[in-house]
Amino acid sequence: MEYILQNGLVIDPQNNLEKELDIHIRDGVIAEVGTGLSSPQARVLDLRGRIVAPGFIDMHVHLREPGGEAHETILTGCRAAVAGGFTAVADMPNTKPCADNEGVVELVLARSRAVGLARVYPIGTISKGQKGEEISEIGNLFNAGIVAISDDGKPVVNSEVMRHALKYAQIFNLPVISHCEDPYLTENAQMHEGYWSTQLGLKGIPAEAEEIMVARDILLAKLTGGRLHLAHVSTRGSVELLRFARQQGIQVTAEATPHHILLTDAEVAGYNTSTKVNPPLRSEEDVQAVREAVLDGTITCLASDHAPWSQEEKEQEYAKAPNGISGLETAVPVCWDTLVVKGGMKPQDFIARFTAGPARVLNLTTGISPGLPADLTVIDPQLVKKVEVSKFYSKGKNSPLDGRVFQGWPVLTVVQGKIVMQDGMVIGGREQDA
Amino acid sequence: MGLKAKDLLTMEQLTPEEIELILHTAKEMKFIIKRDIKKVPTLRGKTFITLFYEPSTRTRTSFELAGKYMSADVVNISTAVSSVTKGESLKDTGLTLEMMGCDIVVIRHSMAGAPQLLAQNLKARVINGGDGFHAHPTQALLDMYTIKEKLGGFRGLKVAIIGDILHSRVARSNLQGLKKMGAEVWFCGPPTLLPKGLEQMDVKVTTNMEEALRGAHVVMMLRIQLERQKAGLFPSIREYSQLYGLNKERLKLADKDALVLHPGPINRGVEIAAEVADSVQSVINEQVTNGVAVRMALLYLMLGTKGE
Repeated sequence: MEYILQNGLVIDPQNNLEKELDIHIRDGVIAEVGTGLSSPQARVLDLRGRIVAPGFIDMHVHLREPGGEAHETILTGCRAAVAGGFTAVADMPNTKPCADNEGVVELVLARSRAVGLARVYPIGTISKGQKGEEISEIGNLFNAGIVAISDDGKPVVNSEVMRHALKYAQIFNLPVISHCEDPYLTENAQMHEGYWSTQLGLKGIPAEAEEIMVARDILLAKLTGGRLHLAHVSTRGSVELLRFARQQGIQVTAEATPHHILLTDAEVAGYNTSTKVNPPLRSEEDVQAVREAVLDGTITCLASDHAPWSQEEKEQEYAKAPNGISGLETAVPVCWDTLVVKGGMKPQDFIARFTAGPARVLNLTTGISPGLPADLTVIDPQLVKKVEVSKFYSKGKNSPLDGRVFQGWPVLTVVQGKIVMQDGMVIGGREQDA
Repeated sequence: MGLKAKDLLTMEQLTPEEIELILHTAKEMKFIIKRDIKKVPTLRGKTFITLFYEPSTRTRTSFELAGKYMSADVVNISTAVSSVTKGESLKDTGLTLEMMGCDIVVIRHSMAGAPQLLAQNLKARVINGGDGFHAHPTQALLDMYTIKEKLGGFRGLKVAIIGDILHSRVARSNLQGLKKMGAEVWFCGPPTLLPKGLEQMDVKVTTNMEEALRGAHVVMMLRIQLERQKAGLFPSIREYSQLYGLNKERLKLADKDALVLHPGPINRGVEIAAEVADSVQSVINEQVTNGVAVRMALLYLMLGTKGE
């Protein structure tokens, strides 16, 4: 199939391109970018008023397969991804069994290829069994196809293990994605520590539980020269530490989630377990600081931390419910609305947070130029729509944003020259069990 | 006139008028408890279930008797001997009870917010019998009843709540209730047992027990749990008792007619000396009687007046 995407505003941060252009897609790749393009075989899509960007990458998702198929499968997760405007996702390794061996990595790659929607880049574990004791066979995982290592969901408590991981991963130029949490400060804790945790009688997680580990990992990155990436930064202190690291010339990147730039701990009132997430929803001051850091480029990546859970898992007492928000299908509108519409961010900077930013961390290719794979995300910046969790493609309906209205939605997702989502409807994707 | 909301989950939800109504009704109910024949037919044909996920003698028995004195059919469920041990969820347990026709459920749970979860899923009315560190509205109401009965009202009173504030649903609910009625509330305890965010609440906070006691009209001592010491929140029971235990000498700092309250069960010689617990200023035993009266009042207001 050949396409010509006509008259869209093409914004490609990788090539500093922002212009109304046509894109000719043929054989899965971008054949030509220019004006007045035509081809007799091509189907033409008029994208006037829309923004055409390189394919968005969500560098932090939990597809849950193998082991967590009740909550999500690679099929349902990939549908959610393309519905949300993502052409690629990086899949966290805390499955059952976890991706500390090539077998799981190969399974994720094989099944995601069979599904044929979004590209799935597996992430391997830092430590065997995510126990934080011995580093995984990072070389074998790399050969199987991982793009990063992470024990996400759990911190690597032992500083020596983290040090070794940051050092060893350099052989393969792999980033180490750190879930920063001092577990002694978060034991049995349920939400951000502050006025609301006291009001609601839930044990609190101080901001320092994250910041202590951020500080440690920054120092370990300095010690080792390794590539550190901070997952889901949620506090003002973490942002300040990140700026300090930059000033010192230490190699560290970071991501922020849509929920941490929008929602505060006040959302927990009423005990809606969809608000339970780790790191927790923080104070207004923290939310503003993280948002500011995304705006000014201290944080170069946005990622959903898509963590789907079945209804029965979330329909429990707050303390029993697992952490996580189903975020793939709301990440783009939430961020566009918060950052561009309300925050005055330039669209090109916004797009970079979902493309060039994560691509640089994960060593991936991005951009709109001839010869590159035709992975494209098209956004309607004017489209205003309500979030309806019941219509999620994801099995996880656990979103605290149900019923909220946002402006700026993805309307077309193209992966390898194939239209996999148009106007919110997913097209294709091989059926498979569960 | 009854209570506005379907459920009683927190003190926050009650208006001062509703609190007055409950306390006033409880006064009537107390007469029934003092009678020789402690039974009125008010709630005949109503079914009342106590669903306790945490051990409790006082609160559960108090609710049970309150229901029985008013002729309701009372069923007690303790989760240790129920389907909960088979892994049934709170939602399903609640729905099962509702399908059997219960009118009102009182729930006690170690996890904050559990009563909210139950209330959202049931048409039956739900009373929070204490959830985690969050709320214990019926305890606050019985404490307030006791204070009002002895001191006539709340305005201008200094109420010092002393002990493990961090883990206390009693302290939180009393704060909310007492503030609404115009009392001045003090929280006192070691800094490790004072939660964050109190500065945003209308409460005076001190780690100095003498300061909390000075001129207080009501001294409410909280139970200290041994497990908090094990968690490292204070060094020893001995030191805790020396710093935050209420003895006769310290009580002299309070108003000479100050009341001493304790939600029970008390640790004699730990947070409260026997000489204080057994003194004329102590109303700890009366709190227990008042607990039944207040719960009768609530059952009446939530069930008996339906349709009026």
